[in-house]
Amino acid sequence: MHNVAYHRIERIAGSVITLRAEGVANQELAQVTSSFGTSLARVIRIDGDMVDLQVFAGARGISTDSEVRFLGEPMKVPYSEALLGRVFNGAGKPRDNGPEVDGERITIGGPSVNPAKRIIPKTMVRTGIPMIDVFNTLVVSQKLPIFSIAGEPYNELLARIALQAEVDVIILGGMGLKHDDYLYLKDFLEKNGALSRTVMFMHTASDPIVECLLVPDASLAVAEKFATEGKNVLVLLTDMTNFADAMKEIAITMEQIPSNRGYPGDLYSQLASRYEKAVDFEGSGSITILAVTTMPGDDVTHPVPDNTGYITEGQFYLRKGRIEPFGSLSRLKQQVNGKTRSDHRTIMNTMIQLYASYKETLEKQSMGFNMSNWDQKLLKYGQRFESEMMDLSVNIPLEKALDLGWEILADCFAPEETGIPTKMINEYWPKKG
Amino acid sequence: MKALPRDKKWAFTPVAKVGDVVVAGDTLGTVPEGVFTHRIMVPFRLLGKWTVESVAAAGEHVVEDVVAKLKNDKGETQDVTMVQTWPVKMPIKAFEERLRPSKPLTMQQRIIDTFFPVMQGGTFCTPGPFGAGKTVLQQLMSRYADVDIVILAACGERAGEVVETLREFPELIDPRTGKSLMERTLIICNTSSMPVAAREASVYTGVTLAEYYRQMGLNVLLLADSTSRWAQALREMSGRLEEIPGEEAFPAYLESVIAAFYERGGVVRLKDGSTGSVTICGSVSPAGGNFEEPVTQATLKVVGAFLGLSRERSDQRRFPAIHPLDSWSKYEGIIDSKKVAEARHILANGVDVNNMMKVVGEEGTSIDDFVIYLKSEYLDAVYLQQDAYNEIDAACSAERQKYVFDKVYTILKTPMKFSEKDVARTFFLKLTQSTKDWNRVKFDSQEFKDLEQSIFASVKEVSANA
Ligand SMILES: Nc1ncnc2c1ncn2[C@@H]1O[C@H](COP(=O)(O)OP(=O)(O)O)[C@@H](O)[C@H]1O
Repeated sequence: MHNVAYHRIERIAGSVITLRAEGVANQELAQVTSSFGTSLARVIRIDGDMVDLQVFAGARGISTDSEVRFLGEPMKVPYSEALLGRVFNGAGKPRDNGPEVDGERITIGGPSVNPAKRIIPKTMVRTGIPMIDVFNTLVVSQKLPIFSIAGEPYNELLARIALQAEVDVIILGGMGLKHDDYLYLKDFLEKNGALSRTVMFMHTASDPIVECLLVPDASLAVAEKFATEGKNVLVLLTDMTNFADAMKEIAITMEQIPSNRGYPGDLYSQLASRYEKAVDFEGSGSITILAVTTMPGDDVTHPVPDNTGYITEGQFYLRKGRIEPFGSLSRLKQQVNGKTRSDHRTIMNTMIQLYASYKETLEKQSMGFNMSNWDQKLLKYGQRFESEMMDLSVNIPLEKALDLGWEILADCFAPEETGIPTKMINEYWPKKG
Repeated sequence: MKALPRDKKWAFTPVAKVGDVVVAGDTLGTVPEGVFTHRIMVPFRLLGKWTVESVAAAGEHVVEDVVAKLKNDKGETQDVTMVQTWPVKMPIKAFEERLRPSKPLTMQQRIIDTFFPVMQGGTFCTPGPFGAGKTVLQQLMSRYADVDIVILAACGERAGEVVETLREFPELIDPRTGKSLMERTLIICNTSSMPVAAREASVYTGVTLAEYYRQMGLNVLLLADSTSRWAQALREMSGRLEEIPGEEAFPAYLESVIAAFYERGGVVRLKDGSTGSVTICGSVSPAGGNFEEPVTQATLKVVGAFLGLSRERSDQRRFPAIHPLDSWSKYEGIIDSKKVAEARHILANGVDVNNMMKVVGEEGTSIDDFVIYLKSEYLDAVYLQQDAYNEIDAACSAERQKYVFDKVYTILKTPMKFSEKDVARTFFLKLTQSTKDWNRVKFDSQEFKDLEQSIFASVKEVSANA
């Protein structure tokens, strides 16, 4: 019952407390008062009259006679235009010393939109990064992870995308970030004048672990609201593996049977319900999601990247500071790249095929074999491709990048060596002289 | 999407007459539905013989109207409406006998129809890591497969892809009927964020509907995407029931559940003598693309063809990324299997030469071996690979496959002489280019003939027999 105070906690394990209560709903919030002060908690499991609550500030200081008061409503965050330029924690409290935001209070973690109400994505999100725009075009409403190992500059990549992407609003959700990374992201956006179109929900490694779980839900709830008001929103999340690890930690304290490497059996469903929020609303705005997912031990078959790969519409691999052309994939690219410029697909396929051949030649070279004429051409090509297209610092619009592609090809090969359809060659192959 | 409207009128035509003796699955009347004739059948759950007491006259009815009354020798009566209900986990067996698959089911994909064919009533699977092309392949199959009905059981897949199918299909024209593809396509959709029990049931709903249409003498293709999501749903449910887990925490009965599912495919002779078939294609998404895992292994034991998608090939943009050496099919295809075996042999030899070159270098390889390698790459580029996004190349009819295979085979069999490796390579690069151009023009058009002529003229120049 609401406004009844409970004073008998049956069990305390990690950040999860268990008590007997009635008339409580799943996801409902409660307030827990202990000798350490007052913290919010969220109902995460109800079994008969036994209620499990996750205490946001952790269960430290809570004793079996601490007071629990149910608030009768689920987790909410405020929403208004005033969110822009601000930084909050996972529970929606300001962490930038600014004032609390007034505004409509919106529920987080609601259901996603029924497929029949969505529309087929058909607009590209321009980023100025050729490895994305040309080879794996990002599309409005797409959900894509950035698979990366620990040392890669994934936050730098996110920051550049935040800066360059042609969207209205950026929501940046940080989970388990190092404090330095948090400051880097904030300062970078501020310095480059992008903070004013950004809302940040930040959880750092030293914050209570349960707040980490709220970051994607809070970010996506706010994104959904902006999208229904006609805004094109890009949600950047980093790092989803920390989010999954937080779930794992809580599942273990709740003594759930783990399925794979200690992760809860519903990991797939949990990740999916977040990613499925990506959407293009008919006649209104949209949500596009890019989520860094670090791969422990560079292992794609680790449960987090593996489950993610089957949910998302492709993935970017970040390796050696570059977006890998192999393995990286935007599944939605063909929705848009047929309409950008007629040579887009040709350049995209040809350049990657030739780059694959270049890699083989590199192997031969490292074995000390003679380099044939053809190998020499490939070597020249591969080097130009890496420095002028793959390098993450390259920032050119799609059309310029396509022109550059033709120029590189013509510089390295004869037309018929590229396998490009004769029609295309006649139209686009740069004339010598 | 709305459910079937209960107030829509359908034009019923009686087939059975008063006094006829019928059994489960017999046709009582018909109703036209889109591109085919829907049979109104004696409910499958009825046992024994029944006599038709009355049957509605030809005319318009809503689906819940009683269109016939039946009576059995125990005096029990039964009203029949146009609605059949059936528990999805039980196979419908109201047919005369099961037959062996005997007719090829063409998909207009060269690598499948020629190298790893599928038959009406057969079963096959398309395992592969994510991003290797399962979804595109399924869309190609649902578009071009030579069947009457395609059922897409999407189990825990991306919401976006489902939208694409829902929105795009009504606009696509079925090349066989000239009508919207949607009229022959049924989509059962449970996206990843829907409840796990719904995901578990979706493949069964799919196969039950497939059996239902088979009872009408139709050929049905069921695409289950993905059976791994389905197996995971089984695992989640079994975990909640606290059953003792087997390998990788899957329930111990996983293998028999998978076998029983694929067993529901097949060709049957119905009681009226006509035949119908259910062909089942299960896509499998094994963790990290490693086929040594319970779902893939259990599936491989029971299917008739294995179209394994490979990351290596998709990285090289060699689509469809079906692995030409690892895949297999136990079915008979549209092209002389001896010639196909020879072509596969060339592919295997080419791979051997390529591996050897990695050890001894190009300079340590004889020019004859080098030409074998180039020929295998040529076959791969112009025949195995097919561009799903080129209007013409996307679909290659059986007739065109027979014609083109014959020509490519002739080229492969032509002994060739080259002065040096670079000359050979340049020749094959050009030949590949013009043969790909050939794939991209209309079959039997003037352009097609011209290109063919120039291809063979260039082959003649290097032929050792000339
Ligand atoms: N037959 C094909 N022709 C051309 N491109 C293809 C083909 N099959 C797959 N692709 C490319 O590969 C990508 C991944 O394919 P998809 O079917 O989505 O993979 P998955 O196996 O994960 O379902 C596609 O977005 C497309 O770019």
